[in-house]
Amino acid sequence: MITAERKPLEELIEYIRPYRRILLVGCNECVTVCAAGGRKEVGLLASGLQMALLKAGASIEVREHTLERQCDPEYVEELVPMLDGVDAVMSMACGCGVQEVARRFKNKPVYPALNTKFMGASERQGVWAERCMGCGNCLLGETGGICPIARCAKQLMNGPCGGSTNGHCEIGDDVDCAWALIWERLKELGQQDRYVEIAPAKDWRAGKGAGPRKIIREDLAE
Amino acid sequence: MKTESKLEKVLAAGHLAVTSECGPPRGCMPDKVREKGKYLEGVVDAINVTDNQTAMVRMSSLAASAILRQEGLNPLLQVVSRDRNRLAMQADIIGAYSLGIDTMLCLSGDHTKFGDHPMAANVHDIDSIQMIQMVKRMRDEGLFQGGAELKNPPKMFIGAAANPFADPFELRVLRLAKKIAAGADFIQTQCIFNVDKFEKWMEGVRSMGLHKKCYILAGITPIKSVGAARYMKNKVPGMDVPQEIVDRMAAQPKEKQPEEGITICIETIERLKKIEGVAGFHIMAIDWEEKVKEIVERAGLLPRPVV
Repeated sequence: MITAERKPLEELIEYIRPYRRILLVGCNECVTVCAAGGRKEVGLLASGLQMALLKAGASIEVREHTLERQCDPEYVEELVPMLDGVDAVMSMACGCGVQEVARRFKNKPVYPALNTKFMGASERQGVWAERCMGCGNCLLGETGGICPIARCAKQLMNGPCGGSTNGHCEIGDDVDCAWALIWERLKELGQQDRYVEIAPAKDWRAGKGAGPRKIIREDLAE
Repeated sequence: MKTESKLEKVLAAGHLAVTSECGPPRGCMPDKVREKGKYLEGVVDAINVTDNQTAMVRMSSLAASAILRQEGLNPLLQVVSRDRNRLAMQADIIGAYSLGIDTMLCLSGDHTKFGDHPMAANVHDIDSIQMIQMVKRMRDEGLFQGGAELKNPPKMFIGAAANPFADPFELRVLRLAKKIAAGADFIQTQCIFNVDKFEKWMEGVRSMGLHKKCYILAGITPIKSVGAARYMKNKVPGMDVPQEIVDRMAAQPKEKQPEEGITICIETIERLKKIEGVAGFHIMAIDWEEKVKEIVERAGLLPRPVV
């Protein structure tokens, strides 16, 4: 899923200070799962903003709504009747959701309430970690199901650098060495031979190298 | 012979090679490069010029190498994949060779976290092994990494690094094998303080016959003080400084510690000379270039062979 964290309250207040009425929009997908921008967080932020402004001798009306999926135009359409008299929209979705709302409502300023972080998985309650960089040409089949591009600090494709220590990355003991994990896994699978093959220089065109990407499915596209 | 590199000639003639390094200055001080180079003149076969070492901005390795070349010395251009993509690296390699630099070292580089620009992007378009492949292809096939033809290819003698002390230990020989398969002609190792562990690594190297496919230069670093020993032991990732080395340094009064550090260095070289497959020494006297001559001399490696 896409993970995100809420921006500091002070930063959000600066965004909305000029307005009298805003619409705060959550999303029921990834940001709900990582507890950053779902219905619950929308409610908390709405009262947080109101209280902070009240303390500063100002006031604001915050309308709340959470969409099923903010990155989908079909659901974004639901916001139309709620925008009447609203000065600005604050989105609690990932960057995709913020942009979809901004694209649909050209005359309303849209502000992000979250910092979108990475594509990751939940390691344990309350902890999420990066797993995928969306390189567009998955090599997990060669690396024991552990991605060196997303999980090695130097995205090395041919083994651990000289800073790997006791299974940790040189950047810190709280980061696993991706290649130590890959090697352990290859051993468990009896696939040590895979390590010996040299992974050639990557073609980044499948990733960010060719500019903004698009998927067009002829069978589905209208 | 693959190249005109002095280092290759020394190694091919069967001599124990000696290299050392020169960290470029953090400012426009070409004389500083010349000064450091002077200490190494006639003392080593090639001078590594570091590339933004420890992720701190310095004069570029290419510029500092060119200065050393102008002085008639033999620079060894270090290139890290952290700061440049494949276009920039190939451009620099062509530029380097055009300036008379014929020996290089392919590295990943320390993470930016350790330097003075932790906010910078880490490039890593290709990794060190892919860099070796790229340089070899440029040299031997006259082709750019992208496949286009390259006119008058750079005949680089290609080096790579190896750290026998990092983990997982069992991957360390295999990783060296990959670097050699990619095209590394010579290897410079991480500083060796734990000779027992290095011997164990070399056993693995010999069992795969890797010492016959590539020249291995053993990394040596003189320690200036007990503080430096402790720092390397505890703070530098991938460094293995045994407690006995720290204790030996600590047993000396402060003013005698540099001398003790040099002595440890000479003893280490003597032990390493006996290990089959060690083709020479890479002496990394960090900001202590003036001591390299003494080390090389006391280790019986002077005068340097004329090839």
